[in-house]
Amino acid sequence: MQTTFPHYRGRLASFLVVLLSAWAAPAWAQDDLLGQLENQKPAATAPEPVAATFKSTRLISGHTIETPGQGTLVFLISHRFGTINSGAYNFFGLDQAALRLGLEYAVTDKLEVGIGRSNIEKTLDGFVKYRAIRQTTGSKVMPVSVTLFANSAMNMLRDDRTWYTVPRRMTFSYQALIARKFSPNLSLQLMPTLIHRNLVQDNTQSNDVYAVGFGGRQKLTKRTSLNAEYFYLVPRTKPTGARNALALGFDIETGGHVFQLHLTNSQGMIENHFVANTRGDFFNGDIYFGFNVNRNFTVRAKQGFRK
Amino acid sequence: MLLVGGITTSQAQGKYMTQKGVVSFFSSSILEDIEAHTDQAAAVVDLQSQQIAFIIPIKSFQFKRTLMQEHFNENYMESDRLPKSTFKGKILDLNADALAKGQSQRVTVEGDLTIHGVTKHLTVAGALEQQKGTLLVNAYFSVAPADYGIEVPLLVRENIAKIVGIKVVLTCEAVSQLTVK
Repeated sequence: MQTTFPHYRGRLASFLVVLLSAWAAPAWAQDDLLGQLENQKPAATAPEPVAATFKSTRLISGHTIETPGQGTLVFLISHRFGTINSGAYNFFGLDQAALRLGLEYAVTDKLEVGIGRSNIEKTLDGFVKYRAIRQTTGSKVMPVSVTLFANSAMNMLRDDRTWYTVPRRMTFSYQALIARKFSPNLSLQLMPTLIHRNLVQDNTQSNDVYAVGFGGRQKLTKRTSLNAEYFYLVPRTKPTGARNALALGFDIETGGHVFQLHLTNSQGMIENHFVANTRGDFFNGDIYFGFNVNRNFTVRAKQGFRK
Repeated sequence: MLLVGGITTSQAQGKYMTQKGVVSFFSSSILEDIEAHTDQAAAVVDLQSQQIAFIIPIKSFQFKRTLMQEHFNENYMESDRLPKSTFKGKILDLNADALAKGQSQRVTVEGDLTIHGVTKHLTVAGALEQQKGTLLVNAYFSVAPADYGIEVPLLVRENIAKIVGIKVVLTCEAVSQLTVK
């Protein structure tokens, strides 16, 4: 009896504590200012844009829905070595290099313009990118982000043929980039693409090349991610000898830089080159190792920080 | 009925609130200065119980550079997972009479600050001033990101200060004015 009594008393005490706390809890919640503040908080009145769907303005070779944010200038160095299967004599492709240097500037948070120069065909290109729709959560839900992209590129190779005029050197690319950030780690993008070439090799070729691109990123850590990109050429308009472009990439982000390393079967770095003119067979070892380096500069500070 | 009504109004008079509090922070290092501010801090001050609380939505902080803002949310504060910072504390040395006379006074606030999901107990110096129907709250204090489990990678360690200064400026309205709808 003496052994069970304290035990019984303990149980009674704990019962009372539970009873008391159950009774006191609502009163305590009332007194808790933080709780009151939470309750007072009005429902989100503004849609909350989803940020950082991708780390860079480029997925691998192609563009992402991202623009760098008003007043930001991006210096982009894109580089593709030769094919890995070119053998030891060519140092597995490292002896050759295709390079594109680009400058991009975000005029507003939605509008970005850019220029670039590739050594492939000495091409000069310019583009405009516009964020038409932004994925949002909160009071208004928009499931996807849509960015419209257009570029024009000119072959600047010296050429004596008088008929090879400026219009005949031009190609134009148009893309609707549709992306969704499914989770903080996973973002996917769909890229319907039209490439118009003013001049084609012969009259069996179509001036317009249609392609559908798929891509995405999976973050591995806070600062690294795996990327993939694939462009499927619509067979009816596919240029002779062209292959679908496939690319796998790895992004590393440091303070102001994004380093993107990739393996791809296309050496070009502008749409006309990598969508319509990919020649490499990925599974036969025609793989180009390459990288992009992004450096962001704030040319004009965001509103509220301007001096 | 009259009694109940009387009680609620007297209670309401001691309470001040805002949804538009301004909170800014500043980190200065040899390499770069990082500055951000938000005007969306929600705060409530109860002069009767001498309690104070505020909530800051992390994503509302605006930076000079878009990329800084992105890194702040994605890499340091993880604001998708931890969307807000909170403070809950008590004003230790409030002189209600002096305050009511419109005199500005320095106070000490002791409480729990939660940043990045980590709660720390701290004492903060601040100033209070009561004007017609509003209560002005000012505070300046500093925190160490490392105390709140915010990891700075080695590569950018020199860019971010070990101690970050935080400034709080609140203009709180009397609650009775706000709840009339």
